[in-house]
Amino acid sequence: MDKVNLNLKKRRVISDKVFKIGVTVAGTYVLVIVVLMAFQLMSESYPIWEKEGLSFITKTDWNAVEDRESFGALPYILGTLATSAIAMMIGVPLSIGIAMFISDAPAKIGAPLGFLVELLASIPSVIYGLWGLFVFRIYFRDWIETPLHNAFGDNVWLFSGNPYGLDILTASVILAIMIIPTVSAVSREIMKAVPQQQKEAAYMLGATKWEMFKLAVFPYSKTGLIGASILGLGRAVGETMAVTMLIGNATGISAIPSSLFGPSQTMSSIIANEFVEASPASIHMPALIGVGLILLLIAIVINVVAHLLVTRMLKIKEGAINN
Amino acid sequence: MTAMTTKSTNMEAPPEFSSTIDTSKYKMIAENVTVSYGGIDAVKNVTMKFKEKSVTALIGPSGCGKTTFLRCLNRMHDMTKNAKVTGKVMIDDIDLYSKEIDPIYHRRKVGMVFQKPNPFPTMSVYDNVTAGLRLNGVRDKKILDEIVEDSLKMAYLWDEVKNDLKKSAIELSGGQQQRLCIARALAIQPEVLLMDEPASALDPIATQKIEETIIELKNDYTIIIVTHNMQQAIRVSDYTGFMYLGDLIEFRETKKLFTDPKDELTAKYVQGHFG
Amino acid sequence: MNSIQDRRQEYRSLFKQNVAKRLLVDKAVRIIVFSCVIIAIIPLGSILIEVFKNGLTAISIEFLTETPGSVGSGEGGIGPAIQGTLIIVGLSSMIGVPIGVMSGIFLSEYGDNALARFVRFFNDVFMEFPSILLGIFAFLIIVLVLGHFSVWAGAFALSLIMFPIVARTTEESLKMVPMTYREAGTALGLKKWVITFRIVISAAKSGMVTGILLSVSRIGGETAPLIMTILGSSQFFSSMDTPMDALPLRIWRLSLLPYDSAQLQGWGAALVLIMIIIGINLGIKYHFMNKKNGFFGQLIKQRRNTTK
Repeated sequence: MDKVNLNLKKRRVISDKVFKIGVTVAGTYVLVIVVLMAFQLMSESYPIWEKEGLSFITKTDWNAVEDRESFGALPYILGTLATSAIAMMIGVPLSIGIAMFISDAPAKIGAPLGFLVELLASIPSVIYGLWGLFVFRIYFRDWIETPLHNAFGDNVWLFSGNPYGLDILTASVILAIMIIPTVSAVSREIMKAVPQQQKEAAYMLGATKWEMFKLAVFPYSKTGLIGASILGLGRAVGETMAVTMLIGNATGISAIPSSLFGPSQTMSSIIANEFVEASPASIHMPALIGVGLILLLIAIVINVVAHLLVTRMLKIKEGAINN
Repeated sequence: MTAMTTKSTNMEAPPEFSSTIDTSKYKMIAENVTVSYGGIDAVKNVTMKFKEKSVTALIGPSGCGKTTFLRCLNRMHDMTKNAKVTGKVMIDDIDLYSKEIDPIYHRRKVGMVFQKPNPFPTMSVYDNVTAGLRLNGVRDKKILDEIVEDSLKMAYLWDEVKNDLKKSAIELSGGQQQRLCIARALAIQPEVLLMDEPASALDPIATQKIEETIIELKNDYTIIIVTHNMQQAIRVSDYTGFMYLGDLIEFRETKKLFTDPKDELTAKYVQGHFG
Repeated sequence: MNSIQDRRQEYRSLFKQNVAKRLLVDKAVRIIVFSCVIIAIIPLGSILIEVFKNGLTAISIEFLTETPGSVGSGEGGIGPAIQGTLIIVGLSSMIGVPIGVMSGIFLSEYGDNALARFVRFFNDVFMEFPSILLGIFAFLIIVLVLGHFSVWAGAFALSLIMFPIVARTTEESLKMVPMTYREAGTALGLKKWVITFRIVISAAKSGMVTGILLSVSRIGGETAPLIMTILGSSQFFSSMDTPMDALPLRIWRLSLLPYDSAQLQGWGAALVLIMIIIGINLGIKYHFMNKKNGFFGQLIKQRRNTTK
């Protein structure tokens, strides 16, 4: 009898052990991929680091002609930062406004509106680009860019370029629209985490709804809202297709924006535009991969910071509830 | 068996007041207040009159509606989805629930202290007390300082914090935080003070301090306090209302209600037969 | 005592009669906040309207089934692109879903240790990696090694987008299954993997399928990782080792051409793509959220403790 029991137990333990190993391997898959990816990007871009050293990050050349090859990533780093920063300046206030409205509205209005905003997130980047290229750009150029240029172009360098519509500003505005679903959804969660008693205290003092936000909601959720915004920044930094189709595709030093209405290039767009044309024999491809490596580092830092801010805020809420 | 099923007997007016209601002696009058959540009535047609500069305690077992009723008195249910409130709550002849005026005009007159201390965590002691004042447009630093000192003194907290008013509010102990909340409510110079089991989250010493505060405040304010602690009700209140399952069963002078309750249910409760 | 009263009155008199103004500010904020919502929804409406309006005129049986004609001719269609999208999504799911599900099981059922916390963190960070970098990665380890563009490379790249999403949604769905289910299984003497698959996953099925479908609709619209892996093509699928087309790629390439006819075909392709994606999303919402046996239906049933 005992032998039978022992065998059964052994078999049970073995199949469970196999299962556990299987899922653990699956779990660690992501760790392997991340390490492998970082390694690949570093090693395949090595030629450009070897040739240019760290000045790859500060140079502005972009010359693929043989014997005169010279590459610098600075214009594209600036392009990414500029478009993302402007996208945040436009998108974050809108998102917080949306979060304020939906978190406060009755469910019958809030739920469908929330759903519509979420729908924005399911539209592929390339379709944003298509719409931006053939619809939005025209209106934006004629109704906003040209008037601004005519009115302020001489005095304000921001508006000095001649607006064709394929420029930093257009790309940034579309980017702003694209980050709204993320930032507003996370902001909504953050605002929901504010304890009811805080809002009641403000209410008791005779505050209007807006004053209640100022007194009870915003100070409490400040950290989380910043985290939500940085999440949006992370998304903006990684966006490729819509930006590629709208940013005007300049290269080298002319990609450094001289005005909001000038063409530019981001790290992801230069890769999208030139990767398949670059011959692996030259140093062009390593240069592009080098740009990708820089993009990866920036994206990782931004997203880790965002995550820490958001989870810290939500952990505080959990702690408060458990007390 | 009349005990458990009971329709509310009329509230007993304190003997001094005759049937011709002299409203000038009442600071707040709640008339026919009913609160329902999704079809269930939590407070059923309750009418209570609160005498000026008195302390009224609301007692009753859990779920009897006393806190729900208390929150009607400053329209706190506006913040609750699905809550429907009918009836009138008059403060100085003005109905808080009237459709004609925005309650903001008058909510300031009714301050509230909650069960768990809830000071604004990102603000200092000073800023917590002045929060309501700044809403009402008071900017003069001298006046703010004056009112801060005044309110903290009334809440028996001044001596403990006067040397460091810029300290963050959450660095105070639980009892101190609650007194801070009292000071915050007093700062806006209300006329009525609502307290929802203000000492239930505090230790005995802090509780005693709060009760002392309440007795002092009685000289200037009309106070309505919800408590599950019958001894507390006896210690601090002049009048007591006993509620059960949404009905107001009995409402009389505290001494009389506890020593000679008129309703059988009240008697059972104050003798501790159920809680 | 009177002086106290007087002081009170004095303080009260200092309160500005500013309630009307404050109510006005409140109202203004309400309007501003509402317009934020409108500003966000206008592009949504415009995109959908434009895609439908312009795309509809391009749609025809020929358009959906033929290969592209010569550049700028306006003839031909997006047949290869549609086929390619279906193929690449199918292949990516075959790679990404099993890994994601197993990873989700790991995080949920074996997730109470430092390794799992590590994995979860990396999962969340990896989810935010720019997708074009995933394309470069797939290019480097597959295309470069093989020496030619490859459908496997594209599928692999898209699977990298899928599996973290599936892992996270699987973990959350499994976590929602009450411990009592697992305890019942243990009490019956079942092995852990049997409990997981037959009991826990059955209960969490709807949530898991929802997550999988969401990740599918996400990769259907991805372009960047495909650029350097499958490249795009004007021919139907021929082999795993040649370039292949896909809807997002075709839309992009069409948008670069200076011909009106190409623009029109771009709208048509966009319409097809949007229909697929919105179809999946709406299907998820209505099928799983309204069914009594759906995820939320189960939760509600549990809370009410009824048996049906």
